[in-house]
Amino acid sequence: MTKFLEVKNLSVGFPTPDGLVKASNNVSYSVDLGETLAIVGESGSGKSVSNLAVMGLHNPVSTQISGSAVLNLPSGPIDVISADPEVVRRLRGKVMSMIFQDPMSALHPYYSVGDQIAEAWALYNEGSKKDGLKRAQQMLDLVGIPAADKRVNEFPHQFSGGMRQRVMIAMALVNNPSLLIADEPTTALDVTVQAQILSLLKDLQKEFNMAIILITHDLGVVAQVANRVSVMYGGQVVESATADQIFYKSIQPYTMGLLDSIPRVDVTGSHRLRAIPGQPPSLINLPTGCAFAPRCSFATEVANNKCRVANPELIEKSAEHFARCHLSVEELSAISISRAGK
Amino acid sequence: MSENILEINNLTKHFSSASGGVFNRKKGLVKAVDGVSIKVKRGETVGLVGESGCGKTTVGRTVMKLYEPTSGQIIFDDQDITNLKRREMKSIRSKMQMIFQDPFASLNPRHTVGTIIEASFTIHGVTPEGGSKKAVGNLLERVGLNPEHLNRFPHEFSGGQRQRIGIARALALSPKLIVADEPVSALDVSIQAQVINLLDDLQNELGLSYLFVAHDLSVVQHISDRVVVMYLGKVMEEAKTSELFTSPRHPYTKALLSAVPVPDPQLERKRERILLQGDLPSPMNPPSGCVFNTRCWKVQDKCRVEVPQPIQISPNHTLACHFPEPAN
Repeated sequence: MTKFLEVKNLSVGFPTPDGLVKASNNVSYSVDLGETLAIVGESGSGKSVSNLAVMGLHNPVSTQISGSAVLNLPSGPIDVISADPEVVRRLRGKVMSMIFQDPMSALHPYYSVGDQIAEAWALYNEGSKKDGLKRAQQMLDLVGIPAADKRVNEFPHQFSGGMRQRVMIAMALVNNPSLLIADEPTTALDVTVQAQILSLLKDLQKEFNMAIILITHDLGVVAQVANRVSVMYGGQVVESATADQIFYKSIQPYTMGLLDSIPRVDVTGSHRLRAIPGQPPSLINLPTGCAFAPRCSFATEVANNKCRVANPELIEKSAEHFARCHLSVEELSAISISRAGK
Repeated sequence: MSENILEINNLTKHFSSASGGVFNRKKGLVKAVDGVSIKVKRGETVGLVGESGCGKTTVGRTVMKLYEPTSGQIIFDDQDITNLKRREMKSIRSKMQMIFQDPFASLNPRHTVGTIIEASFTIHGVTPEGGSKKAVGNLLERVGLNPEHLNRFPHEFSGGQRQRIGIARALALSPKLIVADEPVSALDVSIQAQVINLLDDLQNELGLSYLFVAHDLSVVQHISDRVVVMYLGKVMEEAKTSELFTSPRHPYTKALLSAVPVPDPQLERKRERILLQGDLPSPMNPPSGCVFNTRCWKVQDKCRVEVPQPIQISPNHTLACHFPEPAN
């Protein structure tokens, strides 16, 4: 079955005087219309870099990109990685859009929000400036900005953080894109506003049958909105499955460690957090073998120091559940159970 | 000796927004902190939570006397420090230290880690036992860093390690109270847990008290004994952590807790969220009556007129609301 966006073996590297920074390394993921894929990872895990490549936003001179990212459009498939930049430019803002973490630096401070949204609309639609502003006002209304008819003429600094993010969403959706890439859209917002924005994105997704890729480090947000999840570490996908499988039946030591290490608001009582020791690897000097091995508590259980020598492949360990680990599902659970008993 | 290491009574801090500018206009007063009272017992961790702009950081900084309080009283270790001058504060500050949010901005990039930590000793004219070099090594070891790294510069460390350096510096003079302002919010998830555990361990070993200022309710829930919830410069609710998180009585606390996502998809699907409308009002022009009335779903006429006073509803629970939620 083909999905709307299929990313295969995408690698993004940045050559530097110290060597090639492998920001994303053979990354594959896919997302279908009406579905939300969350890409989870810590800073430097390659989650943003991969998606910027899908949007065609990397500098072609200073970036090495390989692999493919196919958009299965009604008019036929297009690989945005190998396609002409001009073709990708015409898809951007129409078929695929992106919203960013910091709405203040993503909006132009000198133009009213209405002008900015109308500009995005005018790129793909025939019509007067007035039509554009009317459409902008509709969009502001749609994303829940009160008194849209007045606020359409206001400037970004006159909006609060949450309202700015709504403006960004309005601008991204003005041409009814099929794919929305949201890069940490709520990280800069307070929790009460975060809840508003996430529920808005969910409603809009239903209304427009969009595919959403949500890039985040917050596992709570993932649990709230994602259908499927890809976990990234050291520039690679280490586990990929449905949200329920990731949260309740993870079969990858990094994901398991991550879930164990976060404090939860609904679990009271002071237990000690099970932190993952050490720190994420440098992308310029990745360890040989599995990138997570130096921090992995299971690595010592594998014979012949295999984790330090060979990088495990991303294998489908059970139906639709992919993981990167030398240990089998049974071995992992046996070790976990024997440890819990001690 | 009082059981409280820190006692803040009716503290206010107002900033006037007329500082200079071309025409030096008087624009107004920002009531960043408006009548806040908090007690921190010896060996206790008090979490101070709220959304951006609620005044939680200002409380922390005013306690450290980095800001001069507008009115109110700060009693630290049985001494009223409200009106102490800069010079008099110096000796107090060795007993109260601060950890900052951004481990990149809070360490001097041109100084080695050794110099940064040693500065605490030189500034306060203290000669630690066995010399300051040895003391710095011990401190680094205590926070989980290699003591041989004292000649390295901050840029050679990762974010989590830098935060550990900041903690080592705060510990140098064996303080009694540490004001931690968002100490883990700049760190990655897997590193956050390491630093939280370190703070826990240090408290157990050294009997420290923490005033833990943060916006992340999961972290605050984990680390605090008591939690104070602030909104627009005022305390909304204060309670023992377990009580506040299982049975919040203030509508704002309830909405805040319901907005925090939980890493559990099945629970998330079942959860009912209280979606607050709108944004935080401007602290320059706060609503009359209860400051939360513009976003509260239980608002009635009384709330728009009358400011609710904090009422103690049980020995461990205080709240300021005319129409509190029933206990769970």
